[in-house]
Amino acid sequence: MLLELRGITKRFGSLVANDHIDLAIEPGQIHALLGENGAGKSTLMNVLFGLYEPDEGEIAVDGTAVQFRDPSDALAAGIGMVHQHFMLVPVFTVAESVMLGHEATRRGLLDLDAARAKVRELSARFGFDVDPDALIEDLPVGVQQRVEIIKAMAQEAKVLILDEPTAVLTPQETDELIEIMRQLASAGTSIVFITHKLREVRAVADVITVIRRGRVVGSAEPTAEESELAAMMVGRAVLLDLDKAPAQPGETALSVRDLLVLDSAGTRVVDGVSFDVSRGEILAVAGVQGNGQSELAETILGLTSPLRGSITLEGAELVGRSVRDVLAAGVGFVPEDRSHDGLVGEFSVAENLVLDLISDPRFRGPLGVDLAAVQANARARIDEYDIRTQGPEQAAGRLSGGNQQKVVVARELSRPLHLFIASQPTRGVDVGSIEFLHRRIVRERDEGTPVILVSTELDEVSALADRIAVMYRGKIVGIVPGDTPRDVLGLMMAGVPLEEARQQAAAHPTTETMLEEGDL
Amino acid sequence: MTDELVPRQADAPPAAPPSADPTQDAAATWLRRVSSSGSTVTVLAFVLALVVGGVLIAAVDPQVTAAAHYFFARPGDLLQASWNAITDAYTALFRGAVYDYDATTFSQAIRPLTETMTAATPLIIASLGVAVAFRAGLFNIGAQGQVILGATLAGYLGFTWNLPVGIALVVSLLGGVLAGGAWAGVAGVLKARTGAHEVIVTIMLNYVALSLLGWLLSTAAFRVPGSAEPKSRTVHSAAQLPLLFGSQYRVTWGFLIAILASVFVWWLMSRSRIGFQFRAVGFNPNASRTAGISVQRVIVYVMVTSGALTGLAGAVQLLGTSKYLTDGIAGTIGFDAITVALLGRSKPLGIFFAGLLYGGLTAGGRFMEVVTGTPISIVLVLQALVVLFIAAPALVRTIFRLPAPGSEPKGAAA
Repeated sequence: MLLELRGITKRFGSLVANDHIDLAIEPGQIHALLGENGAGKSTLMNVLFGLYEPDEGEIAVDGTAVQFRDPSDALAAGIGMVHQHFMLVPVFTVAESVMLGHEATRRGLLDLDAARAKVRELSARFGFDVDPDALIEDLPVGVQQRVEIIKAMAQEAKVLILDEPTAVLTPQETDELIEIMRQLASAGTSIVFITHKLREVRAVADVITVIRRGRVVGSAEPTAEESELAAMMVGRAVLLDLDKAPAQPGETALSVRDLLVLDSAGTRVVDGVSFDVSRGEILAVAGVQGNGQSELAETILGLTSPLRGSITLEGAELVGRSVRDVLAAGVGFVPEDRSHDGLVGEFSVAENLVLDLISDPRFRGPLGVDLAAVQANARARIDEYDIRTQGPEQAAGRLSGGNQQKVVVARELSRPLHLFIASQPTRGVDVGSIEFLHRRIVRERDEGTPVILVSTELDEVSALADRIAVMYRGKIVGIVPGDTPRDVLGLMMAGVPLEEARQQAAAHPTTETMLEEGDL
Repeated sequence: MTDELVPRQADAPPAAPPSADPTQDAAATWLRRVSSSGSTVTVLAFVLALVVGGVLIAAVDPQVTAAAHYFFARPGDLLQASWNAITDAYTALFRGAVYDYDATTFSQAIRPLTETMTAATPLIIASLGVAVAFRAGLFNIGAQGQVILGATLAGYLGFTWNLPVGIALVVSLLGGVLAGGAWAGVAGVLKARTGAHEVIVTIMLNYVALSLLGWLLSTAAFRVPGSAEPKSRTVHSAAQLPLLFGSQYRVTWGFLIAILASVFVWWLMSRSRIGFQFRAVGFNPNASRTAGISVQRVIVYVMVTSGALTGLAGAVQLLGTSKYLTDGIAGTIGFDAITVALLGRSKPLGIFFAGLLYGGLTAGGRFMEVVTGTPISIVLVLQALVVLFIAAPALVRTIFRLPAPGSEPKGAAA
C-alpha cells in the first residue's frame, strides 16, 4: 500500500514541530527518516500513528485521504509501530503479548493456541526464532524487539514504523535486525526507519528523508557520504572524526581491584572487576546496556557500596565513603540518566549549575547562599558551554536534551577534578552538542585528568577512547586499545573473549566493517 | 514535567513513562502538581467555593424554602429570597471578619479584623511548618499532634517554672518548638532509617499525642489543685504573650511571631544552603543523592524543622489565647494548617494571606451565625470546598476553560 503524508503541520503552542511535511512511503520500501533529537521525527510518526491530530495536512492511503483518531484506526489501516521503549508486559508470554489488545476467545476462554500458532507461523516466515511460551522478562532486548515486530505483523501491518530500533542493540543484533528489515521489505511490507545513526541508514535504506527543525530539508541516496548526511541533519558541516592528540598518560590515578557489587536481588552486577586509569587518558567502558557499567560507575561515586574490592584514587580509598566525600575528593560525575539523576528539572539553570557546589566557599554569602555569585557562575557557564536557554532563571527541565546535558557537564567540570566519570554523556543529545561535549571531554583529559567514559555507543567509544574495557555480564571481557575494530568490540560486547573475537571478526565481517572498507 | 490527571489533550506531548522509583511516590508527585498549578487556580477555587456555598446558604434559608413552595406562581420571589439570603450571609461574614461598618465606634468596627488576626496567628505558624515539609516532598499530616505537644510542653513550663518576665516567655516558646520538633523528628527518623511512610506515622502520632495530653491532664503535675476537671493550671503571667493593641483586643505578640516565622521560612527556603537541599530533595531525591546530598539526613532535618514550627504554633496558641491546657487545646489548627499550606501554595507570603483568610472565615462565621442565623457549618463547607477545588486543579481549569499548563512545549518536541 502507498502511504502519503501531505503537508502535515503540527504545532505545540508557538513551536512548530512539523512544518508542512510531505512524505510518500512506497510499498516494500525501507524509508529512513533521519534527523536529530527534537527535529520532529517522533512527532510526525505519532501523527501517522493516530496519537496526535495534525493541525494541517492529511494522510492518504493508496491515494484516499484517511483520518486516524487514535492508534486503533492506524492499526486497522495496516500501520504498525515499534516504539523506542517497548510496550510489553514483562510477566506475559510472547503469545499473550501478541494477542494483547485484540484477544481472540473460544467458548469464553482466551484462545492462546491461535496466538501461539500465529507466533510460530510468523517466526518461521521471517526466521525469528521466538518461543511463543517464553516470558518477555526472560528475553534479551533484541528478541523483545522481534516480539514487537511480530505483534505488528500479526495485525497484518503493511507499513511498519520502527522508532530508533537500534538504540538498545549490539552491533550483531543490529545486523540481524537489518536482515529482518530486508526480509519484511521483500515480502512487501514498507518500513519507516527512524534514526539518527548514519551508518545504519546507509546500510539499509532505499530512500532517505532528512528532517531538521520540523521541515523536510531534503532526501538523499543511501550512497551519500556520512559527512554529507550529517551536514544535512545539522544544517552545517560537522566534524565526525574528532581530531585529538594521542594520549599522554601519566601516573596511575585510579585503581579498581576485584570489585564485587550485588544488586538488591543478590545478582553479581559487577563481578570481580579490576582496572587502572592513568592521568591524562580516557578509558572507555563499553558494553550493551545493563552489563554492569552503570553499577560500576555508581559504585565509584559511592551511591552503591560494593561487597568486596577496593577503589583507590590518588592513593586514597574511596570504598565506604559518602557520595559527598567522593565528590569532595575531586570526582566529577555525569550520570547516565540526566533528568533522573543529574538535574532537578524544576530548579533553574543557575541552581542546577551549583547543585553539588552549594557548600562551596565560592557560593557562600553572609546570609546563606550568595545569589549574586550563583547568577554570575550561571552566566559564565552558559557562555562557556553555549547553553541555549532563555536565561539563568529558566527551569532546567524545559531545556532540550543537549542543553540539559551541557548544564550537567558544565557543573561537573567547573571545579578541579582528579577523576571525571561520564556515563552516556551524549545519549539523546543532538549532533552539534555531541561534537562540543566530546571536545570538552578530550580537553579535560589533555589537562591531565583521568577520564572514565561509560558508553553503549560504539561510535562514541571509538572516537574518544584511549583504551577500552568491554563489559559483559558484570565482568570485563578484555581491555583493548582505542583503535580496536568495531566488529571485534561488538563480539566482545556479546561476551566473546578477545582472541576469539579477532578470529571471528576476520572470518565474518559485519556490514559495519564492510561499510568502513567501502565494499557496500 | 507536569502530568495532568485530565484525559490526554490532543496537544500535550506524550506523558513520560511512569517512574518505577519507590522514592518518587505518587503523593509527592501529586503535591508537586498541586503546588505548581498557578495562583489563578487558587483564586478561582475560592470563587467556586463561594458560589457553591451560596447555593447551600440559599437552600437552608427559611425564606427561600417558603418561596420555593409557590415557585410556579411567582418564580421571582425565589430568586429574590435567594439573593437576599446569600448577600446577607456574605456581608455578615465580611462584617465579622474584616470591618463592621454598623458598629458605633471605630474601635468596635475594627474589632473583627483583630479577631481574624487572633484566629490566624497559630494557623499561619503551623502552616509554615507544614509547607516546609511539603516543599521537601514530605507530607506532615501530624501537625495536629505537634501542635498539641508544643502547647503541652509550653504550658507545662509556663505554669510550673517560676521564671522572670521575658525569660519565662522565651523558655516556654522554646519548649513548644522543642516538643513539636522532637515529635515530628520521630516520623523523620523512621522514614529515613526504615522507609516508614511519614503520612502513616504522623497520623498515628496524632492519636498518641492526644491521648498523652489526656493522660497528663489527669496527673497532679498538670491538674488545677482540688479540681477534677480535665484542664491544667493557668500559665504564669510572665510566660503569657503580651497583648499587641491593648486590652480592647485579643491580638498578642503571637501575631508578630507569625510574621517573623514567615520571614524565617522565606529565608530558609530561598536563601539558605540547607533550604536549597530541602527543595532539591523534594523535587528530585535521586539527583540530590548523586549531588552528594544525604537524602536521609535531609528528611530528618525537614521533619524536625516542620515540627518545630507547628510546635511553636501550639505554644503561641496556648501562651497567647488559651492560657491553660484542655484536651481541645489544638482545636483543628493542625488540620487546617494543611489546608492553609495548600491554599498558600507552600509559599510564606501566600500562607500569611491564606491564614488570614482562614482566620477571617472562622471569625466571620461565628458573627454570621449570630446575625443571620446561617449555620457556621456553611463556613466549614466553604473551607472544605476550597481545598477540594485546589486539589483538583484540572476540574477548576475545565470549569473556567483555562489552558492546561502542560500544553506549552518544553524546548522542542521530539
